[in-house]
Amino acid sequence: MTVLRLSEADEAMLAGEAGPQVALGMRIVTGLAAASGARSLLDISRAHIDGCLYNGRASLDFAERLTGAQVAVPTTLNVSSLDLLHPDLIQSSPETQQRARALMDAYTSIGAQPTWTCAPYQSLVRPSFGEQIAWAESSAVVFANSVLGARTDRYGDFIDAAAAITGRAPAAGLHLDENRRAEVAFDVAALSPGLKQRDAFFAMLGLIVGTESGKRVPAVVGIDEATEDQLKTFGAAAASSGSVGMFHVVGVTPEAPTLRDVAPAELPTITVTGEMLRTARQQVNAGADSSQLGSVHLGTPHYSISQLDAVLATLARRAVKLDVYISTGRDVLVRWGKADLLTELGVTIVTDTCTYVTSIVDPRSGSAMTDSAKWAYYAPGNIGVKAIFGSMEECVETAVAGRLTERPDQWT
Amino acid sequence: MDLTFLVAGYASGPTLVLDQPLSFWGGVDPATGTIIDAAHPQLGAVITGRILVMPSGRGSSSASSVLAECIRTGTAPAGIVLGEADPIVALGALVAKELYPDRVCPVAVAADYSQAARAESITMDPNQATG
Repeated sequence: MTVLRLSEADEAMLAGEAGPQVALGMRIVTGLAAASGARSLLDISRAHIDGCLYNGRASLDFAERLTGAQVAVPTTLNVSSLDLLHPDLIQSSPETQQRARALMDAYTSIGAQPTWTCAPYQSLVRPSFGEQIAWAESSAVVFANSVLGARTDRYGDFIDAAAAITGRAPAAGLHLDENRRAEVAFDVAALSPGLKQRDAFFAMLGLIVGTESGKRVPAVVGIDEATEDQLKTFGAAAASSGSVGMFHVVGVTPEAPTLRDVAPAELPTITVTGEMLRTARQQVNAGADSSQLGSVHLGTPHYSISQLDAVLATLARRAVKLDVYISTGRDVLVRWGKADLLTELGVTIVTDTCTYVTSIVDPRSGSAMTDSAKWAYYAPGNIGVKAIFGSMEECVETAVAGRLTERPDQWT
Repeated sequence: MDLTFLVAGYASGPTLVLDQPLSFWGGVDPATGTIIDAAHPQLGAVITGRILVMPSGRGSSSASSVLAECIRTGTAPAGIVLGEADPIVALGALVAKELYPDRVCPVAVAADYSQAARAESITMDPNQATG
């Protein structure tokens, strides 16, 4: 096994000189370093903690062991299990809600910012290119690495907070140049240019790329341009169906001006066909009952201002007949400033959490429709609701009509 | 069995060999230890008390705390044997060991994964480990 070399400061933290909380954090950082074969630790300049989502007493027991310490770097918080701005939405038991709140309070007490969003990059302060950070939340990790060119490994619960209070992370994985190169290519050049402009295409492509890539870094070739929202959608899907922590879209994302910049001359290549996209969509929809649609879910990951604007424009002042939930960050919602225009049409805005991770929707209300491949992937296991995937436009038309309304022209 | 431990501890018992990697978050119900990932071929299987053998971890980064919660509630596997090191699985077991030192779920990587995947029972013993 590789030998982990610690700095004097690391050793001091491990010995408890900065307190028992920091010593616990350092035992976790070094334990992970050993498990990932790291030879040393490195400094991180920001952290994003997803341990604030209540996953049972263990998450609270851990957070309470950290209280009394303060984070060493600016730290943001991921979605929680509660919506503090719209508390009546949450249907979980008072006891669970009390523990979920105690968990949130534990993390703000150590100095983490109460951002409560899975898309911290949609706030004004973003990590810069090349910056070493420790982010949790798979969709945020893949966005930071791929779209911003910041560097984080695929962190999750516990290590996120351990890195935040120690300011250190294992020098391993996607922190290092050699692990950021493409290992498999996906060629979409033959697909129609119109299809490749649609957000829903990026969601289905993400599912395919995640499934086929596993833990490898994929490179997509054959896309001329993509919006940040499309790359967010793509990464979240790929990080759900696979363990993708970074991708390249050649000519679009910052580390891949050309394929040769990120890949060896010989690279296994998968040609993506229209048939593969149709199959991916059929697999997502399997088991959902389109005649029993109860709700529509948008905003996983949390919607940006431009996505909120797009929903408002597509609704065109028409009221919705199904329950429509749009999840976004509280900071984005304030900056957008038009929430009333959605709520007066019957749309429910969700902040601080997301409808597939906490108890908001009654599973007996029927199947759901969503424009998020991630929501469709996790909701059946998490909240017992099956989903039909559609574009945002299909979701809105379905909500307005009160029944499934598909737009086959959007898929060619 | 030739094991390299990511989280040390002793465990012995019958195996549950998974054909595909499993994400604990969204994949296992910590109240019952049942696999609830509808896309997993072993949907409905119970991991509790078994030596869970799987090629790797998968998916969401929240899996660590669901594994820790399974260890707290007693629905966790007795131990986990992987085909390749997985930080998310290791972290869940590592933190649970800090929080609940009397309920350790060891995690190890098998030098010969195909041997582990054929075994009907496995003894995980760090005193006999190679790594």
